[in-house]
Amino acid sequence: MTALDSGLTLPPARPVSGSRAPAWWGMLCLIATEATLFVLLIFSYFYLRWGSPNWPPQGTPRPEFTVIIPATVLLLGSSAPVMWAETAIRRGRQNVLRLGLSVAWLMAAVFVILELWEWSHLGFGPQSSQYASIFFTITGLHLAHVSIALLMSAYIQLRASRGHFDAQHFLAVENVALYWHFVDVVWIFVFATVYISPYVT
Amino acid sequence: MATVTAAERLARTWETPADFVSSLFTVDHKAIGRRYLLTAFFFFLVGGVEALLLRIQLFRPGAGFLGPHTYDQIFTMHGVTMLFLFATPIIIGAFGNFMIPLMIGARDMAFPRLNALSYWAFLFAGVLMYGSLIVGSPPNASWFSYAPLTSQTYVPGPNQDFWSWGLLFLTVSTTVSAINFIVTIFKFRCPGLSINRLSLFIWSEIATAFMILFSFPSLTAAIILLELERKWGFHIFDANAGGAPLLWQHLFWIFGHPIVYIWFIPATGVISSVIPVFAQRRMIGYIFVALASVSVAFLSFGVWAHHMFTVGLPLIALSFFSAASMMVSFPSGVQVFCWIATIFHGRSRLTTAYLYALAYIFVFVIGGISGVMTGSVPLDWQVHSTYFVVAHIHYVVAGTVLFALLAGVYYWTPKMFGRMLSERLGRLGFWLTFAGFNLAFFPMHAVGLLGMPRQIYTYASGLGWDSSNALETVGAFILALGILVVITDFLQALIAGPMAPDNPWNADTLEWAVSSPPPDYNFLRIPVLRSREPLWDQPELATINQPAHENQLADEPESNVTATPGPTESTRRQTMSTTVLDAEISETIEMPGDSYLPLLLAFGLLVVFSGLLPDLMFVEALVVATGLAICAVALFLWFWPAAEPTV
Repeated sequence: MTALDSGLTLPPARPVSGSRAPAWWGMLCLIATEATLFVLLIFSYFYLRWGSPNWPPQGTPRPEFTVIIPATVLLLGSSAPVMWAETAIRRGRQNVLRLGLSVAWLMAAVFVILELWEWSHLGFGPQSSQYASIFFTITGLHLAHVSIALLMSAYIQLRASRGHFDAQHFLAVENVALYWHFVDVVWIFVFATVYISPYVT
Repeated sequence: MATVTAAERLARTWETPADFVSSLFTVDHKAIGRRYLLTAFFFFLVGGVEALLLRIQLFRPGAGFLGPHTYDQIFTMHGVTMLFLFATPIIIGAFGNFMIPLMIGARDMAFPRLNALSYWAFLFAGVLMYGSLIVGSPPNASWFSYAPLTSQTYVPGPNQDFWSWGLLFLTVSTTVSAINFIVTIFKFRCPGLSINRLSLFIWSEIATAFMILFSFPSLTAAIILLELERKWGFHIFDANAGGAPLLWQHLFWIFGHPIVYIWFIPATGVISSVIPVFAQRRMIGYIFVALASVSVAFLSFGVWAHHMFTVGLPLIALSFFSAASMMVSFPSGVQVFCWIATIFHGRSRLTTAYLYALAYIFVFVIGGISGVMTGSVPLDWQVHSTYFVVAHIHYVVAGTVLFALLAGVYYWTPKMFGRMLSERLGRLGFWLTFAGFNLAFFPMHAVGLLGMPRQIYTYASGLGWDSSNALETVGAFILALGILVVITDFLQALIAGPMAPDNPWNADTLEWAVSSPPPDYNFLRIPVLRSREPLWDQPELATINQPAHENQLADEPESNVTATPGPTESTRRQTMSTTVLDAEISETIEMPGDSYLPLLLAFGLLVVFSGLLPDLMFVEALVVATGLAICAVALFLWFWPAAEPTV
């Protein structure tokens, strides 16, 4: 064996994470393509606004902040326990991993409930106007992404409860955390577009 | 263990059993590449038959062979089939899948199961779109499906929904492929294959993969908005309700212009592989050709509005998009001049593959020139939506993809299928396709300048269009005859062709170092490269897959190492990953084995998209839910570890 190894030695197969892991690069690519989708929908929002005399159209109130501000705080805040959980599993602390993920899960789940409540109290449906349609499309697509992140998190919580993760094996946690942060960051842009921009004239 | 050699162990670990069911579950990039080639070529034949039907109708003025509605359906399906089921998957799917791991010295793609998923999703997307024929309502609003023509008012049936869901399904396939290509090329190159030694084919694939990543979301956005409008009464493109029909054109062409380059950039990669081999010299201007692929990819995102010069854009936008479109001709021109210089300074061997590469340059230049012409605003106003544009797209897309495909088939069939094609039949096929192609499409320039609009099902005589149209139809049939000769050659080679040696062309890239066809595990030992043209500069690589004489390797000085052993001990599939830029050894990577999950997941998606086709009622919702459940089960199993990790 020594003869074959001359000069170039290959480490034995071992668990990898971060930029050493192909799946980490795969997740970055997925995030890049998904982010582009949001950019284009936000472009569509402003394109429709640009072609409309009034935005929102007459009779449609501007969006309210009473529900969405707490929801936003919860969603953006949920990134903290996810980070906490990820840091913990890198040190092998499985209990903290499970706790952090479930706290974040609850926070994001409340976001979903608040947003659905907000939808039902807007006073207009997606068919009301072009403004309403693009409002529901963008917030709806984001809601779908939060739901997917919730499913992914639930899945790794199940795996965590089976003891699949430790200080070496945490690639799946890392990838789900990446996606989770992405969904949170996208919300900042969605929020700025659909909630704040109508106030800018 | 002492009695089992490394080669035998690898063969056992990587093999897929020969029975039919096992072959459905294979994740071997070589099997997937061959399937892509045959499937996409099948769709090409279907799209070709559709083209012939259109040409029969247009052969003489006032013909009654196809009615207007049938004509709309057939030309839409011709466009959709040729562009999305043939041009998009063929080069990257067939040659990209088969060649990339071999060219970079890897044992498979980075994500073998995703690779299988790409193929099945592509196949099922094609099946879904052609399912529209079974229910008698194929898409009929052309491949770019302009709003508001596609609204429920004008297309009440599911025709347009087949277009939407079929393309969204295909987007899944293509995006997954692109991610797989990017990660494979960045992480799985063998030691020494630093980024400045990548073959030009790989450069073109990586540029294409990034274009896919950033352009297909625009199609997705367009489809989501269109279907929300069609199915749920949203108002996006409906001008009567405050919507903006032009938004469709923006979204579609933000996707649609990069996709044009997604079709022809991989084709340039094939040509850059073929030309140096048959000109028998190194590519002149390697760095410029590589950078040309990358810069065309960048520019492709800034030219979309040149499809929209006639819709009433502000002057500043017209100027910007016109200038950006002209700019594309610089890198493309650089590429062409590098090919010509290589040919000029080489000693050409006029094989069939090489002839097709020369034909490629010919049609690419003509298509490029008519592209610069239509990039100029005043001329575009004159020829917009005429046959001049039809001629342009057929030269720049149909010609390039077809001739690059055939160049690739004649060049790589020995490697992919282990048999040599016939040069005699090959030349006959070449002259027929080349003559037929130009006869079919060149007169379209003239008839377009004479004012013949595209997408009309018939025309009156006495407009000066008759003889051109008749010629085009004759050309189309000669082209079809040429394709038949190519198919004949391919089939006779598979049955009775001579066995292919490892490197029949004295080619330079790494795929020619292994046997034809390559073993399941590709490389016994992972090669170590010191050159951009490894097989020309490192002749010892030709024996890379022969059992090693350990002493022989041990005697090599460190700077002269041919290969690292690569992981050979394990009974699980393993390959090597390296660092992103310099390709220094990084990790041993465990690869998944064959799996039924990609097929199951693609099937789940097929059920979901089928359920979305009709108006969403209870039964349809149930179908969609079932499909989602299948996907969920597949994904659950996919990410569950194969064996419990030992803690």
